[in-house]
Amino acid sequence: MLELRDVQTYYGNIQALKGISLKVNQGEVVTLIGSNGAGKTTTLRTIQGLNRPRYGTILFEGKALETLPTDTIVRLGISQSPEGRLVFPRMTVRENLEMGAFSRSDKEGIAQDMERALNLFPRLRERLAQKAGTLSGGEQQMLAIGRALMARPRLLLLDEPSMGLAPMLVEQIFQTVIEINEQGTTVLLVEQNARMALAVADRGYVLQTGRIVLEDTGPNLLRSETVRKAYLGEH
Amino acid sequence: MATTSPTVRTGSALPRWARNLALTLLILYIVLLVGPIAGLDAPRIWQSIAAEPKTLVQVALVGLANGSIIAIIALGYTLVYGIIELINFAHADVFMLTAFMSLTVLGAIGVDQKSSSGQIFVGVLVALVVAVLFGALLNASIERLAYRRLRNAPRLAPLISAIGVSFILQNLGLFWGGLRIIFPVMGVNAAAPKTFPQLLPEGILFQDGPIIFRQKDLIIILASVAFMIALRLFVQYTRLGKAMRATAQNRDAAKIMGINVDTVIAFTFLLGGGLAGVAGLLVGLYNGTIVFNMGLTAGLRAFTAAVLGGIGNITGAMLGGFLIGLLAAFSDVYFSSRWTNAWVFAILVVILIFRPLGLLGEAGGEKA
Repeated sequence: MLELRDVQTYYGNIQALKGISLKVNQGEVVTLIGSNGAGKTTTLRTIQGLNRPRYGTILFEGKALETLPTDTIVRLGISQSPEGRLVFPRMTVRENLEMGAFSRSDKEGIAQDMERALNLFPRLRERLAQKAGTLSGGEQQMLAIGRALMARPRLLLLDEPSMGLAPMLVEQIFQTVIEINEQGTTVLLVEQNARMALAVADRGYVLQTGRIVLEDTGPNLLRSETVRKAYLGEH
Repeated sequence: MATTSPTVRTGSALPRWARNLALTLLILYIVLLVGPIAGLDAPRIWQSIAAEPKTLVQVALVGLANGSIIAIIALGYTLVYGIIELINFAHADVFMLTAFMSLTVLGAIGVDQKSSSGQIFVGVLVALVVAVLFGALLNASIERLAYRRLRNAPRLAPLISAIGVSFILQNLGLFWGGLRIIFPVMGVNAAAPKTFPQLLPEGILFQDGPIIFRQKDLIIILASVAFMIALRLFVQYTRLGKAMRATAQNRDAAKIMGINVDTVIAFTFLLGGGLAGVAGLLVGLYNGTIVFNMGLTAGLRAFTAAVLGGIGNITGAMLGGFLIGLLAAFSDVYFSSRWTNAWVFAILVVILIFRPLGLLGEAGGEKA
């Protein structure tokens, strides 16, 4: 479904991605783990065209993405819950969700997906008329994911959904990720919380300073010596 | 050279409130000392108000009428600033050129005060449509040519570009004013103020001593308020309006919603330029004269109005417009009309020091 081939992205003269190649197949949950600054967020931003790769190809269902504008990429079926959530603080929760469906015009489908998002995150239903800037961090995270789902994406990019959340909420968010995947959405999940991410993922890639150093199935990576030492804090 | 640093030292010895207090006292001192020179002479002002309180009402009415036009121009500043954090210094000159365009159209159609009211209505309507389209396209072209390439440049670059465009437009106005062979309405002297035909009804609606409220005052205020309400509703409820708000609040987030941010920004300039077109025609009709450098004063007042209300905030720009209109009218009558711009500028400085967010501004940014 999605394939990156030797993608290299720069910030000015600093090379953030030093040749990333990865694959996401239809129906999978694939995770990208690695420490701070490894290039996880940059990978997602590059897929969506927020950063441009200097070299390499990005194919989504056979279509090259690397020169397309972000809004076209969203229309092709890739949406994202970004790092830092980036909800619209001065819009209500309802307006934020509606913005998620900006690229669509099928009123009925949008209403269905609104219902689905609110069923996944009942907390949001209670806060529909509230300004998003007044929500707690966890609620904003739910809103960011719900908003990304409103595009009815075929591929959902999730950037650190567990960031800054209480452990109970983290578990709930990952439970929701599984649910979303079971409802038919392919997921590419970026996480620092490697244990949780690998537990829900079919396959995973380990990123280190802009390079992929390891790839395997989720369970295999959980058992791997390198991952245990570097990312799960076991010795 | 090695010591220049853009960051402000925060480890100052005085606490923040003490510095603010000192600054307030200093400004108060300057105002009291210099104020009388600039017309701020409280006993004299108090006497003249006490002698004829009705004049104050008249001042307020004039302030509201002028303020409504300032408010429309201020909207152009605030819309653009809200969305790309650029002070579009060329905006007031776009406004000036739309006034020239209105006059040219009215001259070409040939309506003047002697025409029938039906002809006047049609003429003004045509002038309005042309001025709005002209202002919109001009502003959007400026964005495309002078600002878009600089969108990821340091913030000073587009600002300087905007000042440059402002000069170009002023000279265009001067040039346009000299085309009397093509446009006889421009008169003999290129730089001289141009006379607008008196097309608004001058009938007096209400009179009481010095208080005079004419039909044209009412028309100006109603027209301005109507456009402001329309804009407010547009931004609140339409798809494009929501895209504008989203882009203003977070450009990256707007992009990943599938919003074409370039289109939204271009549209914002169209909208601001169109409003400048409304203001250009209204000012010509209301004041009766236009001049190539009128963007300077109008720009200062409208920009101050936008900052006073909270730059980026639409309701704030309207409120600021009316307040600055009132202040200017008050200063014209009670301080000294020569110092009115100085007072407006003083307001700008004071807001920037004490409440940069303006009256209705909210702290932006994403709080966790």
